[in-house]
Amino acid sequence: MITAAVQEREHYLNASYGIKSWLLTKDHKRIGLLYLATITFFFFLGGAFATLIRVELLTPQGDLVSSETYNKLFTMHGVAMVFFFLIPAIPATLGNFFLPMMIGARDLAFPRINLLSWYLLVLGGLLSLYAMLAGGVDTGWTFYTPYSTSYSNTWVIATALGIFVAGFSSILTGLNFIVTVHRMRAPGMTWFRLPLFVWSTYATSVIQVLGTPVLAVTIILLFCERVFHLGIFDPTRGGDPVLFQHLFWFYSHPAVYIMVLPAMGVISELVSVYSRKPVFGYHFVAFASVAIAVLGFLVWGHHLFVSTQSLYAGLVFSFLSYFVAIPSAIKVFNWTATLYKGSISYATPMLYAFGFIGLFTIGGLTGLFVAALGFDVHVTDTYFVVAHFHYIMVGGTIMAYLGGLHYWWPKMTGRMYPEGWAKLSALVIFLGFNLTFFPQFVLGYLGMPRRYHVYPPEFQVLHVLSTAGASVLAVGYVIPMIYFIWSLRYGKVAGANPWNATGLEWQTASPPPAHNFDQSPVVTHEAYDYSTVLGEVEVG
Amino acid sequence: MTEHIDRVRTYALVFAVLIALTVLTTAVAFVDLGPFSVVVALAIAVGKMLLVALFFMHIRHSTRLTRLVVLGGLLWLIILILLSLTDFATRTWVGVPGR
Ligand SMILES: [Cu+2]
Repeated sequence: MITAAVQEREHYLNASYGIKSWLLTKDHKRIGLLYLATITFFFFLGGAFATLIRVELLTPQGDLVSSETYNKLFTMHGVAMVFFFLIPAIPATLGNFFLPMMIGARDLAFPRINLLSWYLLVLGGLLSLYAMLAGGVDTGWTFYTPYSTSYSNTWVIATALGIFVAGFSSILTGLNFIVTVHRMRAPGMTWFRLPLFVWSTYATSVIQVLGTPVLAVTIILLFCERVFHLGIFDPTRGGDPVLFQHLFWFYSHPAVYIMVLPAMGVISELVSVYSRKPVFGYHFVAFASVAIAVLGFLVWGHHLFVSTQSLYAGLVFSFLSYFVAIPSAIKVFNWTATLYKGSISYATPMLYAFGFIGLFTIGGLTGLFVAALGFDVHVTDTYFVVAHFHYIMVGGTIMAYLGGLHYWWPKMTGRMYPEGWAKLSALVIFLGFNLTFFPQFVLGYLGMPRRYHVYPPEFQVLHVLSTAGASVLAVGYVIPMIYFIWSLRYGKVAGANPWNATGLEWQTASPPPAHNFDQSPVVTHEAYDYSTVLGEVEVG
Repeated sequence: MTEHIDRVRTYALVFAVLIALTVLTTAVAFVDLGPFSVVVALAIAVGKMLLVALFFMHIRHSTRLTRLVVLGGLLWLIILILLSLTDFATRTWVGVPGR
């Protein structure tokens, strides 16, 4: 009965059928779903590597895997998670699906290039996957020289080429979004009426376009030295190994903002809609995204404090790193201020938003710790750093990604997820996350180095806690996977606007028609003007 | 927006100049100019880059926004080089303890 009611109307999912209609689609919504499937695969692949790492670390001896295998496990965990999950996660799935809808466009500016960018991600993913199956790679996801150029006898080139190809996917997505925001906005959708998710995704796109080519250049240089033995990073041939780190982190520090800026955009949407208030200080939050994008390019040297980088350069980079805290703090304070006197509902996406704000704050503040020259010498390459960046990437980006996925799921599929299970899994994820990664701050401060699987027995208790947390976290990630699939068939039918949100994406049917809007929208209000929608949100 | 298109002769001329500069780069490589060989090679490369950007990529006739994008790319290249130089140029200012 319910199924029949949904399928009567034509929408983007039933507009055409067959594998070909998906593999050759130019619809940004379908491409968003293709990305969703792809990155979910890599998320669980990276998760499988993480599981093996955590199981190995249960005991101080190296009893599950050899040292060589362990090196490959953490490398492939990092490669799968960073390049094939976190970087495309929010922009390429939620951004692809909703950025055009939020500005009232029928599609992205270049639908064919959008499809191409998905194929590039898949091609890059297959290359890296091939390298993993053929024997793996053991350099760490950072590919530091001279190990990656001269010593490692694993699949460095195949993996790096996979990342190279996936990088072009990222560049093209960024380019597509920039042009779309400039050229495709609906009448009345001025720059300062854009939802903040659009602002942060726009800022992210700028980073993708300006930063990723440097990653490509770095990989080509690595290739030239490893294969043709040109002296670029090898000092015995006139090169400089630290040059690799400069080039690598020129991209890879901003890459952190490719992961976390879209997450911040999602949080701005969630905090506003579930407290029924416009985001406090809209302009500041919008410009904070741009400021983070720009400042993010000036701080990469904080990864080189103990790499024989000049002390003076270290001072400059340390000083500049602190500036990133300003726009980040503006965001956190403004979200909190948005809650003030709001009509707050504790729907699942809002639970993720709360989780994000707390965990991102811890991750950000410990980022200031490691940006301090003296303290960083103490904790470099320890679990303190591991904990810090997992608080940003997992506690920040994945929390926001899941929050956004729940928030927009009714729009994407026309179905509600089961609220009770969703709240439970949000809670399980939050608890599991903290149990996994908080002990790692302590471990690192006590001196446990990263990338070792044999460790002194006194660290075992904290490692066991961390592994226990990882098991809880894994359960938390599997539950949504199950109920999302369940909801496709059995979920309650969602109306056009189940949250009474203000964004244009909610002013069309769920799931949206193939061309998004039956009539081209005209924007007459500021973003988050809740006087334009009636009623309160009902949460089960 | 009207699309300005250069004549074929202009493109052919630019192409010829690019080839000539390539030959020049190779020729200069055989002359020992000491540290200046890098300077000369980079100067020629900058000239070629400008020719490609201004003529082949039509920056000469494009909108201000497109020019802004190009300048942004250049600015970011300068950031990369400048901040890297804060390391490479000052690395010997402080001695390494114990060495
Ligand atoms: Cu960094």
